[in-house]
Amino acid sequence: MTDIAVSDSDDIELPPADAVQGLTVQSVSPTRMAWRRYWRHWGAAISTVIMGFLLVVVILAPITARYGVDEQVCDISVCKNQFLPPSSIAWFGTDSIGHDMYSRLIYGMRVSIFIGIASAFLSVLIGTAVGAIAGLRGGRFDDIVMRVTDIFLAFPFLVAVIVVRQFLGGLDFLEPIIGEVSSIKFMIFLFAIFGWMGVARLVRGQVLALKEREFIEAARAVGATNKRVVIAHLLPNSIGPILVALTLSVIGAITAESTLSFFGLGPQPGQGSTSLGQLIELARSGARQGNWWLVVFPCGALVLLAVCINFIGDGLRDALDPKLDKGH
Amino acid sequence: MLRFIIRRLLWLVPTVVFVTFLVYVAIRIGWNPVATYKRANPRASEAKVQQYIEVNGLYEGFWGYIRGYFSWLWSFVQGPDQWPRSIKGRAEVWPPLRYSMFNTLRLAGISTIIGISIGLLTGIIASLRPGGIVDGVINTSAFVVGSIQPFVSAVVLQLIFAVQLGWLPPAGVYPPGQDGFDLWLMTQHLILPVTVVAIQIIAGYARYMRASILDVRSSDYLRTARAKGISEFRVLTRHSVRNALVPVVTLLGLDLGTILGGLIITEAIFEYPGMGVFFLRAAGNGDFPQLMPYMVIIIVSVLMFNLIADLTYAVLDPRIRLD
Repeated sequence: MTDIAVSDSDDIELPPADAVQGLTVQSVSPTRMAWRRYWRHWGAAISTVIMGFLLVVVILAPITARYGVDEQVCDISVCKNQFLPPSSIAWFGTDSIGHDMYSRLIYGMRVSIFIGIASAFLSVLIGTAVGAIAGLRGGRFDDIVMRVTDIFLAFPFLVAVIVVRQFLGGLDFLEPIIGEVSSIKFMIFLFAIFGWMGVARLVRGQVLALKEREFIEAARAVGATNKRVVIAHLLPNSIGPILVALTLSVIGAITAESTLSFFGLGPQPGQGSTSLGQLIELARSGARQGNWWLVVFPCGALVLLAVCINFIGDGLRDALDPKLDKGH
Repeated sequence: MLRFIIRRLLWLVPTVVFVTFLVYVAIRIGWNPVATYKRANPRASEAKVQQYIEVNGLYEGFWGYIRGYFSWLWSFVQGPDQWPRSIKGRAEVWPPLRYSMFNTLRLAGISTIIGISIGLLTGIIASLRPGGIVDGVINTSAFVVGSIQPFVSAVVLQLIFAVQLGWLPPAGVYPPGQDGFDLWLMTQHLILPVTVVAIQIIAGYARYMRASILDVRSSDYLRTARAKGISEFRVLTRHSVRNALVPVVTLLGLDLGTILGGLIITEAIFEYPGMGVFFLRAAGNGDFPQLMPYMVIIIVSVLMFNLIADLTYAVLDPRIRLD
């Protein structure tokens, strides 16, 4: 561990004064140290490169995809296009109506990653606000929030999500705000409803741990308001865990979307669009019929996303925890 | 201890009532049983619909929901033969629920036992030489396997072992037409679902156990134990593993939700007639009388396991007192 690297520091005798002037002192900021720790975590480093590549491919979908979402690899009158195994005209094979799986996978991942990122940001926003208030205020509000999250988090996720999805769909007055049950907007709200609780717990814990510390006391002594204490002191000091939670919420929402879609309860992006979950839904029948490419590629994409994002979260956790800097 | 258990058990009752009330309202609003009944029985007369509303207590409005909930609760506590009947053909709810419960318990029990024992063992092996090759391999593969969703591993295993290789049956508990008990056939059908559920548990518990043992590694009592001259094996089994188990065992109680969730997915893919399939079918049909007892079972088991987790914590760690 070298925070400050001083060249020629081995000399026991004090060097002459003019030599001291020639010394170069290189200081390393905490941010830089965090970066170093991050890139030293090989899993996170490789995952970052893969995720960066995937994001570029997905954002540039119209260029990187070989066919349109609903385009068939060739017209049925020209050649057989259903259930083609991977070949040169369809790298990842085709589905039951002759769509190119490779292109659909890119478009589907685009939608799913968007759902993941959007609902992760929403969950972190709500969770941070609720967690900070609960931790700082304590009392009744804190009790209620923690009870509710306890019950929700103990429930099997799939059961809870199906019931809540149906419940929200039954409340007609909510439809203008959160959209139809099968819309992407609805999915984002649905996952945010589940996602904020973990974040709120985490932020609450952080706030409880930090709020008795000296620097908060000092801020209070000079007359900082609650709002200022939270925004200027508590949140910047909890940014590490929040960032990790944000990363993990992304993959949480992506897998939730896939799981719901797998049971036919996911978003129906409609014509000219698809999602990773919808492709994975095909895997179910694909496995039974032995069309391995319908299983391997969508599932592989999901697993790749999950492993990469989990590694990135792990790397961030290590990087943002200064205690772990052992210079290994 | 006994007072703690009694108090917690007494608390269980209002909690269950409160949570089931919330679930009741959510189901009433979400599935709208009256509309579902009309859809399932399109030729039902107005009087029949009214009778259905009366029998099941499906009154409207805020007080209607409360009245309806208590009338449901009253018939529920009177025992299975008084439970509201399924909307499809007025079938009794309890016999299929009991059947699926036993199937799920079998699957869950076997896979949890296998998963926990292998998981803890690999965790201990990994922790013997932290930072070594074995540790690296176990830790990384547990991390990667833990990132794989159960439906992915289920579909992939089904594709490889049931469809491509044909070694194992793809779905069900018995081949079609089989009736009566047959251990060999049942085992064959259980291998894939058990594997799917167990690998999730193995991946999780290997990491928990490893982290937990590394936590106690530098503690004073281990140094004392070594200083007494106890063999390294005895230090491991009597001191480090035993202490490391405390937080891990509690996790088991809290992980029930995750395990149950994994079971639903696994059962659905392997068409295993368990509670998950029961729930998915009831949810798909909007079968209110079937959904409620299922929910009660889930809620009670989640709360019970939370209690058991707290109790084992106190039993394993004498420093913790419950009162």
